[in-house]
Amino acid sequence: MAKFRKKKSGGQQAINTASLPDIVFMLLFFFMVSTTMKEVDLNVVVKPALATELVKLEKKELVTFIYVGVPAKKYQSLYGSEPRIQLNDQFSSVTDIQSYIAQSRDAMTESTQSKMIVSIKADKECPMGIITDIKQALRKAAALKLNYSAAEMVADR
Amino acid sequence: MGKREVQEVNAGSMADIAFLLLIFFLVTTTMDTDTGLATLLPPPVEEEPEDTPPVKERNVFTVLINSNNQLLVEGKPMEIRDLTEAVKEFIVNPMDDENLPEKNVKEVEFFGTVEIGKGIISLQNDRDTEYQTYLMVQNELSRAINELRDDASKRKFGKEYGELEKEEQKAIRTLYPRKISEAEPKNIGK
Repeated sequence: MAKFRKKKSGGQQAINTASLPDIVFMLLFFFMVSTTMKEVDLNVVVKPALATELVKLEKKELVTFIYVGVPAKKYQSLYGSEPRIQLNDQFSSVTDIQSYIAQSRDAMTESTQSKMIVSIKADKECPMGIITDIKQALRKAAALKLNYSAAEMVADR
Repeated sequence: MGKREVQEVNAGSMADIAFLLLIFFLVTTTMDTDTGLATLLPPPVEEEPEDTPPVKERNVFTVLINSNNQLLVEGKPMEIRDLTEAVKEFIVNPMDDENLPEKNVKEVEFFGTVEIGKGIISLQNDRDTEYQTYLMVQNELSRAINELRDDASKRKFGKEYGELEKEEQKAIRTLYPRKISEAEPKNIGK
Protein backbone atom coordinates (compact mmCIF):
# COMPACT_ATOMS: atom_id res chain seq x y z
CA MET A 1 0.00 0.00 0.00
CA ALA A 2 2.76 2.36 0.84
CA LYS A 3 4.18 1.92 -2.63
CA PHE A 4 0.83 2.71 -4.16
CA ARG A 5 0.43 5.88 -2.21
CA LYS A 6 3.77 7.10 -3.29
CA LYS A 7 2.88 6.69 -6.90
CA LYS A 8 -0.48 8.43 -6.75
CA SER A 9 0.40 10.98 -4.16
CA GLY A 10 -0.84 13.83 -6.31
CA GLY A 11 -4.10 12.15 -7.50
CA GLN A 12 -7.55 11.88 -5.91
CA GLN A 13 -7.93 9.63 -2.93
CA ALA A 14 -10.46 6.83 -3.20
CA ILE A 15 -13.50 7.17 -0.96
CA ASN A 16 -13.60 4.59 1.75
CA THR A 17 -16.45 2.26 0.92
CA ALA A 18 -16.10 0.04 3.95
CA SER A 19 -19.34 1.38 5.44
CA LEU A 20 -21.33 0.86 2.27
CA PRO A 21 -22.55 -2.61 3.31
CA ASP A 22 -23.76 -1.15 6.58
CA ILE A 23 -25.77 1.51 4.84
CA VAL A 24 -27.25 -0.98 2.43
CA PHE A 25 -28.08 -3.34 5.26
CA MET A 26 -29.84 -0.54 7.04
CA LEU A 27 -31.99 0.10 3.98
CA LEU A 28 -32.55 -3.61 3.65
CA PHE A 29 -33.79 -3.91 7.21
CA PHE A 30 -36.07 -0.94 6.72
CA PHE A 31 -37.73 -2.58 3.76
CA MET A 32 -37.89 -5.95 5.45
CA VAL A 33 -39.65 -4.46 8.43
CA SER A 34 -42.01 -2.21 6.50
CA THR A 35 -43.04 -4.94 4.11
CA THR A 36 -46.38 -6.31 5.16
CA MET A 37 -46.73 -9.88 4.16
CA LYS A 38 -50.29 -11.05 3.86
CA GLU A 39 -51.45 -11.74 7.40
CA VAL A 40 -54.07 -14.27 6.53
CA ASP A 41 -54.27 -16.85 3.82
CA LEU A 42 -57.41 -16.33 1.86
CA ASN A 43 -59.58 -19.40 1.76
CA VAL A 44 -62.14 -17.62 -0.33
CA VAL A 45 -61.77 -16.12 -3.77
CA VAL A 46 -62.17 -12.36 -3.66
CA LYS A 47 -62.27 -10.44 -6.90
CA PRO A 48 -62.36 -6.84 -5.70
CA ALA A 49 -65.28 -4.69 -6.70
CA LEU A 50 -64.61 -1.41 -8.44
CA ALA A 51 -65.52 2.11 -7.39
CA THR A 52 -64.28 5.66 -7.79
CA GLU A 53 -65.11 7.54 -4.59
CA LEU A 54 -62.51 5.72 -2.53
CA VAL A 55 -61.19 6.45 0.92
CA LYS A 56 -57.81 5.13 2.02
CA LEU A 57 -57.55 2.88 5.04
CA GLU A 58 -54.42 4.29 6.51
CA LYS A 59 -54.25 3.09 10.07
CA LYS A 60 -53.92 -0.64 9.76
CA GLU A 61 -54.26 -1.24 13.48
CA LEU A 62 -57.80 0.13 13.43
CA VAL A 63 -59.04 -2.11 10.68
CA THR A 64 -60.69 -5.50 11.07
CA PHE A 65 -61.28 -7.48 7.92
CA ILE A 66 -64.18 -9.69 6.97
CA TYR A 67 -63.75 -11.68 3.77
CA VAL A 68 -66.69 -12.89 1.73
CA GLY A 69 -66.53 -15.03 -1.36
CA VAL A 70 -66.78 -18.42 -2.95
CA PRO A 71 -64.47 -20.97 -1.24
CA ALA A 72 -61.25 -21.68 -3.10
CA LYS A 73 -61.13 -24.78 -5.33
CA LYS A 74 -59.50 -27.04 -2.75
CA TYR A 75 -62.17 -26.26 -0.14
CA GLN A 76 -65.14 -26.59 -2.43
CA SER A 77 -65.66 -30.29 -1.78
CA LEU A 78 -65.93 -29.49 1.90
CA TYR A 79 -67.70 -26.15 1.97
CA GLY A 80 -69.60 -26.04 -1.31
CA SER A 81 -69.53 -23.27 -3.86
CA GLU A 82 -71.89 -20.81 -2.21
CA PRO A 83 -70.28 -17.58 -0.95
CA ARG A 84 -68.97 -17.97 2.59
CA ILE A 85 -67.59 -15.70 5.26
CA GLN A 86 -63.98 -15.95 6.34
CA LEU A 87 -62.87 -14.54 9.69
CA ASN A 88 -59.20 -14.82 10.53
CA ASP A 89 -58.16 -18.12 8.99
CA GLN A 90 -61.35 -20.10 8.99
CA PHE A 91 -64.76 -20.30 7.43
CA SER A 92 -67.41 -18.88 9.71
CA SER A 93 -71.06 -18.09 9.83
CA VAL A 94 -72.83 -14.83 10.53
CA THR A 95 -73.35 -15.77 14.18
CA ASP A 96 -69.56 -15.82 14.73
CA ILE A 97 -69.17 -12.20 13.73
CA GLN A 98 -70.19 -10.75 17.07
CA SER A 99 -67.54 -12.66 19.01
CA TYR A 100 -64.98 -11.96 16.29
CA ILE A 101 -65.60 -8.22 16.58
CA ALA A 102 -65.44 -8.41 20.38
CA GLN A 103 -62.18 -10.32 20.10
CA SER A 104 -60.51 -7.85 17.78
CA ARG A 105 -61.82 -4.98 19.85
CA ASP A 106 -60.20 -6.44 22.94
CA ALA A 107 -56.92 -6.65 21.10
CA MET A 108 -56.94 -2.91 20.52
CA THR A 109 -55.91 -0.24 22.99
CA GLU A 110 -58.70 1.45 24.85
CA SER A 111 -58.24 4.82 23.20
CA THR A 112 -58.55 3.41 19.70
CA GLN A 113 -61.44 1.06 20.34
CA SER A 114 -64.05 3.62 19.40
CA LYS A 115 -62.31 4.28 16.10
CA MET A 116 -62.47 0.71 14.95
CA ILE A 117 -63.23 0.25 11.27
CA VAL A 118 -64.57 -2.96 9.80
CA SER A 119 -63.65 -3.56 6.20
CA ILE A 120 -65.75 -5.97 4.19
CA LYS A 121 -63.75 -7.52 1.41
CA ALA A 122 -66.35 -9.17 -0.69
CA ASP A 123 -66.24 -10.71 -4.10
CA LYS A 124 -67.90 -8.49 -6.65
CA GLU A 125 -70.27 -11.20 -7.76
CA CYS A 126 -71.49 -12.29 -4.38
CA PRO A 127 -75.16 -11.60 -3.63
CA MET A 128 -76.13 -8.84 -1.21
CA GLY A 129 -78.05 -11.18 1.08
CA ILE A 130 -74.95 -12.40 2.89
CA ILE A 131 -73.58 -8.86 3.14
CA THR A 132 -76.82 -7.58 4.59
CA ASP A 133 -76.65 -10.30 7.22
CA ILE A 134 -73.11 -9.20 8.05
CA LYS A 135 -74.24 -5.60 8.30
CA GLN A 136 -77.00 -6.53 10.73
CA ALA A 137 -74.54 -8.53 12.82
CA LEU A 138 -72.14 -5.59 12.85
CA ARG A 139 -74.90 -3.29 14.02
CA LYS A 140 -75.61 -5.64 16.87
CA ALA A 141 -71.91 -5.76 17.71
CA ALA A 142 -71.86 -1.95 17.69
CA ALA A 143 -69.17 -1.81 15.05
CA LEU A 144 -70.69 0.92 12.96
CA LYS A 145 -67.79 2.25 10.94
CA LEU A 146 -67.89 0.21 7.80
CA ASN A 147 -65.74 0.21 4.73
CA TYR A 148 -66.67 -1.63 1.56
CA SER A 149 -63.33 -2.61 0.15
CA ALA A 150 -62.99 -1.74 -3.51
CA ALA A 151 -60.31 -1.10 -6.07
CA GLU A 152 -59.88 2.06 -8.06
CA MET A 153 -61.89 2.12 -11.25
CA VAL A 154 -60.59 4.06 -14.20
CA ALA A 155 -63.16 6.77 -14.70
CA ASP A 156 -64.97 6.46 -17.99
CA ARG A 157 -66.22 10.01 -18.01
CA MET B 1 3.19 -27.76 7.71
CA GLY B 2 4.10 -24.46 9.19
CA LYS B 3 1.70 -22.19 10.92
CA ARG B 4 -0.21 -20.04 8.54
CA GLU B 5 -1.86 -16.82 9.45
CA VAL B 6 -5.60 -16.89 9.22
CA GLN B 7 -6.53 -15.10 6.08
CA GLU B 8 -9.24 -12.47 6.27
CA VAL B 9 -12.35 -13.17 4.28
CA ASN B 10 -12.73 -10.72 1.52
CA ALA B 11 -15.76 -8.63 2.41
CA GLY B 12 -15.71 -6.60 -0.74
CA SER B 13 -18.66 -8.39 -2.27
CA MET B 14 -20.75 -7.96 0.86
CA ALA B 15 -22.19 -4.75 -0.54
CA ASP B 16 -23.20 -6.53 -3.72
CA ILE B 17 -24.99 -9.27 -1.82
CA ALA B 18 -26.78 -6.75 0.34
CA PHE B 19 -27.76 -4.77 -2.73
CA LEU B 20 -29.17 -7.88 -4.30
CA LEU B 21 -31.33 -8.56 -1.26
CA LEU B 22 -32.34 -4.91 -1.08
CA ILE B 23 -33.47 -4.91 -4.69
CA PHE B 24 -35.40 -8.12 -4.15
CA PHE B 25 -37.32 -6.56 -1.27
CA LEU B 26 -37.81 -3.31 -3.15
CA VAL B 27 -39.40 -5.16 -6.02
CA THR B 28 -41.58 -7.48 -3.97
CA THR B 29 -42.81 -4.82 -1.54
CA THR B 30 -46.26 -3.70 -2.45
CA MET B 31 -47.06 -0.58 -0.53
CA ASP B 32 -50.69 -0.69 -1.58
CA THR B 33 -53.01 0.75 0.97
CA ASP B 34 -56.44 -0.73 1.19
CA THR B 35 -59.12 1.44 -0.25
CA GLY B 36 -62.86 1.32 -0.06
CA LEU B 37 -66.12 3.17 0.29
CA ALA B 38 -66.65 4.42 3.81
CA THR B 39 -70.12 4.28 5.31
CA LEU B 40 -71.64 4.54 8.73
CA LEU B 41 -74.20 2.02 9.88
CA PRO B 42 -77.17 3.18 11.94
CA PRO B 43 -76.93 2.29 15.64
CA PRO B 44 -78.80 -0.83 16.69
CA VAL B 45 -82.36 -0.38 17.86
CA GLU B 46 -84.29 -2.82 20.00
CA GLU B 47 -87.60 -2.24 18.32
CA GLU B 48 -88.49 0.02 15.50
CA PRO B 49 -90.34 2.94 17.04
CA GLU B 50 -93.81 2.93 15.61
CA ASP B 51 -94.63 6.58 15.86
CA THR B 52 -91.87 8.00 13.68
CA PRO B 53 -93.23 11.02 11.92
CA PRO B 54 -94.00 10.24 8.30
CA VAL B 55 -91.65 11.71 5.73
CA LYS B 56 -93.31 13.49 2.88
CA GLU B 57 -93.20 11.72 -0.45
CA ARG B 58 -91.45 14.63 -2.14
CA ASN B 59 -88.61 14.53 0.36
CA VAL B 60 -87.66 10.93 -0.35
CA PHE B 61 -85.60 9.76 -3.28
CA THR B 62 -86.20 6.05 -3.57
CA VAL B 63 -83.65 3.85 -5.28
CA LEU B 64 -84.54 0.19 -5.68
CA ILE B 65 -82.23 -2.46 -7.07
CA ASN B 66 -83.74 -5.76 -8.11
CA SER B 67 -82.20 -9.21 -8.34
CA ASN B 68 -81.29 -8.63 -11.99
CA ASN B 69 -79.24 -5.59 -10.99
CA GLN B 70 -81.69 -3.14 -12.55
CA LEU B 71 -82.49 0.19 -10.99
CA LEU B 72 -85.84 1.70 -10.24
CA VAL B 73 -85.43 5.34 -9.27
CA GLU B 74 -88.50 7.28 -8.14
CA GLY B 75 -90.70 4.72 -9.85
CA LYS B 76 -88.89 4.81 -13.16
CA PRO B 77 -86.18 2.51 -14.53
CA MET B 78 -82.80 4.18 -14.82
CA GLU B 79 -79.25 3.41 -15.88
CA ILE B 80 -76.53 3.69 -13.23
CA ARG B 81 -74.67 6.35 -15.18
CA ASP B 82 -77.65 8.74 -14.98
CA LEU B 83 -77.99 8.34 -11.23
CA THR B 84 -75.46 10.98 -10.15
CA GLU B 85 -77.18 13.78 -12.05
CA ALA B 86 -80.60 12.73 -10.78
CA VAL B 87 -79.37 12.70 -7.18
CA LYS B 88 -77.74 16.08 -7.57
CA GLU B 89 -80.91 17.59 -8.96
CA PHE B 90 -82.89 16.04 -6.13
CA ILE B 91 -80.60 17.40 -3.43
CA VAL B 92 -80.21 20.90 -4.84
CA ASN B 93 -83.74 21.40 -6.25
CA PRO B 94 -82.63 24.49 -8.18
CA MET B 95 -86.05 25.45 -9.54
CA ASP B 96 -87.97 24.91 -6.26
CA ASP B 97 -89.94 22.19 -8.00
CA GLU B 98 -92.98 21.00 -6.09
CA ASN B 99 -92.06 17.37 -6.56
CA LEU B 100 -88.53 17.83 -5.26
CA PRO B 101 -87.67 18.24 -1.57
CA GLU B 102 -88.64 21.12 0.65
CA LYS B 103 -86.00 23.38 2.10
CA ASN B 104 -85.14 24.52 5.57
CA VAL B 105 -83.75 27.96 6.21
CA LYS B 106 -80.78 27.65 8.50
CA GLU B 107 -77.85 29.68 9.77
CA VAL B 108 -74.53 28.17 8.69
CA GLU B 109 -71.11 29.44 9.60
CA PHE B 110 -69.22 31.11 6.69
CA PHE B 111 -72.35 30.98 4.52
CA GLY B 112 -74.90 32.98 6.51
CA THR B 113 -78.57 32.08 6.11
CA VAL B 114 -79.00 29.41 3.49
CA GLU B 115 -81.66 27.02 2.34
CA ILE B 116 -80.91 23.40 3.01
CA GLY B 117 -82.84 20.66 1.26
CA LYS B 118 -84.74 18.18 3.41
CA GLY B 119 -84.17 15.35 0.97
CA ILE B 120 -83.42 11.82 2.08
CA ILE B 121 -82.15 9.11 -0.20
CA SER B 122 -83.72 5.75 0.45
CA LEU B 123 -81.88 2.72 -0.87
CA GLN B 124 -83.28 -0.75 -1.00
CA ASN B 125 -81.86 -3.81 -2.64
CA ASP B 126 -82.80 -7.41 -3.17
CA ARG B 127 -80.98 -10.24 -1.45
CA ASP B 128 -79.82 -11.42 -4.84
CA THR B 129 -78.47 -8.10 -6.03
CA GLU B 130 -74.86 -8.39 -7.06
CA TYR B 131 -72.38 -6.75 -4.69
CA GLN B 132 -70.73 -4.83 -7.51
CA THR B 133 -74.03 -3.22 -8.53
CA TYR B 134 -74.85 -2.27 -4.97
CA LEU B 135 -71.40 -0.76 -4.60
CA MET B 136 -71.75 1.16 -7.85
CA VAL B 137 -75.02 2.67 -6.64
CA GLN B 138 -73.42 3.60 -3.30
CA ASN B 139 -70.53 4.99 -5.29
CA GLU B 140 -72.77 7.16 -7.48
CA LEU B 141 -74.64 8.46 -4.44
CA SER B 142 -71.34 9.35 -2.76
CA ARG B 143 -70.10 10.88 -5.96
CA ALA B 144 -73.16 13.14 -6.21
CA ILE B 145 -72.69 14.36 -2.64
CA ASN B 146 -68.92 14.75 -3.02
CA GLU B 147 -69.31 16.74 -6.22
CA LEU B 148 -71.85 19.06 -4.63
CA ARG B 149 -69.56 19.59 -1.67
CA ASP B 150 -66.60 20.26 -3.94
CA ASP B 151 -68.61 22.75 -5.99
CA ALA B 152 -69.80 24.62 -2.91
CA SER B 153 -66.31 24.64 -1.45
CA LYS B 154 -64.75 25.93 -4.68
CA ARG B 155 -67.33 28.68 -4.96
CA LYS B 156 -66.86 29.80 -1.37
CA PHE B 157 -63.24 29.10 -0.53
CA GLY B 158 -61.62 28.49 -3.91
CA LYS B 159 -60.33 25.08 -2.79
CA GLU B 160 -61.53 21.53 -2.95
CA TYR B 161 -63.45 20.12 -0.02
CA GLY B 162 -60.59 17.84 1.03
CA GLU B 163 -58.18 20.76 1.45
CA LEU B 164 -60.39 22.80 3.75
CA GLU B 165 -60.02 23.41 7.46
CA LYS B 166 -62.12 21.31 9.84
CA GLU B 167 -64.58 24.10 10.59
CA GLU B 168 -65.09 24.87 6.93
CA GLN B 169 -65.65 21.21 6.12
CA LYS B 170 -68.23 21.05 8.85
CA ALA B 171 -70.09 24.02 7.39
CA ILE B 172 -70.19 22.38 3.98
CA ARG B 173 -71.31 19.10 5.51
CA THR B 174 -74.29 20.89 7.06
CA LEU B 175 -75.01 22.38 3.67
CA TYR B 176 -74.99 19.01 1.92
CA PRO B 177 -75.54 16.32 4.54
CA ARG B 178 -75.13 12.68 3.64
CA LYS B 179 -78.59 11.31 4.30
CA ILE B 180 -78.84 7.82 2.94
CA SER B 181 -81.29 5.46 4.53
CA GLU B 182 -81.06 1.76 3.80
CA ALA B 183 -84.11 -0.38 4.13
CA GLU B 184 -84.13 -4.08 4.90
CA PRO B 185 -83.67 -5.94 1.64
CA LYS B 186 -86.52 -7.74 -0.01
CA ASN B 187 -86.39 -11.28 -1.17
CA ILE B 188 -88.56 -11.41 -4.21
CA GLY B 189 -86.01 -12.49 -6.74
CA LYS B 190 -86.15 -16.19 -5.97
